[in-house]
Amino acid sequence: MAQAVPAGQKWWSGGKSPFNVEYGKLMMWYFLMSDSFTFGAFLISYGSIRFATNGWPNPNEVFRAFPFFGETNLPLVFVSLMTFILIMSSVTMVLAVAAGHSGDQKKVTFYMILTILGGLAFLGCQAWEWTHLHGEGAWWGRNPFLNADGSRATTNFTNFFFTITGFHGFHVFSGVVINVIMLIKNLRGDFARKGHYLMIEKAGLYWHFVDLVWVFVFTCFYLL
Amino acid sequence: MSNQATTGHDTAHGSFDTKPIWRTFWILLAITLVEITLATIHMKTDFPSKYVLNGIYLILTCAKAFYIIAEFMHLRHEIKNMIMTIAVPACLFIWFIIAFLWDGASYNALRNRYDRHYADQNKEKVVQPAEKPGKPE
Repeated sequence: MAQAVPAGQKWWSGGKSPFNVEYGKLMMWYFLMSDSFTFGAFLISYGSIRFATNGWPNPNEVFRAFPFFGETNLPLVFVSLMTFILIMSSVTMVLAVAAGHSGDQKKVTFYMILTILGGLAFLGCQAWEWTHLHGEGAWWGRNPFLNADGSRATTNFTNFFFTITGFHGFHVFSGVVINVIMLIKNLRGDFARKGHYLMIEKAGLYWHFVDLVWVFVFTCFYLL
Repeated sequence: MSNQATTGHDTAHGSFDTKPIWRTFWILLAITLVEITLATIHMKTDFPSKYVLNGIYLILTCAKAFYIIAEFMHLRHEIKNMIMTIAVPACLFIWFIIAFLWDGASYNALRNRYDRHYADQNKEKVVQPAEKPGKPE
């Protein structure tokens, strides 16, 4: 539930934060707000182009490989695994934030390590998927896949796929870097000395945002 | 000064329960599994038509987004004014999506009507050699 606010509280008379949120955290929210519009613009231009095109490849025929399974037809399986990894690392991130709230430095370290591992696992999956697709002849400006109806497809399919998953992957990468910095700061005892773990919370917001974007990328590229 | 905001913060947000976190996790996992199951059923039987299915996907995606923002990012537990500064600008997306998809569809309709070559392009099937598609020359 939303926080209970005392009746007649004068938020704007100075002396307290009107949103009862620390400045840096509020600015992280607004940064994520703007970042969501960047991703939104990408995904909506993808949708716009897709609506402006007669045919489109069937994602289940394109994304059907799984590491070490060669030519076995396994649509959606690999991307489900990637989704699971990202959701799981989001959970460990919240657990790290929760541990920070109770001031448990050891637990924060533990959950931050798990989160970083999750992020690295996701990046590894994406690297494998890109390598696999590149091996099939797909890249920016090159689209070996045919439309679902068997006609020639535009390169927009691969262009958008690599641009948007690449942009998201770069966000995951920077999220991992931020999390590593937070882990080091935590190990040095910086947060314990300060008395609060708000930095973990801000890194967490960014990390959840990456998960949030993936939910939309997953739907737009693999399901629709 | 800045100290005041942070100490006030800690007491206000002290209730960081791990139970709703795991509940949210199971909800997200269940929704994803439902999506994948529907996609698999569609692949095998063509049963829920693609248009119905896309509508379901979009609703489920929005549900997942809601749970991530509300619970993982903890927005549901903030002050109402704070929630509104995030939620109200996000409403722009409604216009954003409708306008641009509509525009794309209209552009496509115009090209199909007035550009014969464009319309015919998608009627030609590519003749595939026996080897598997996607092998670069």
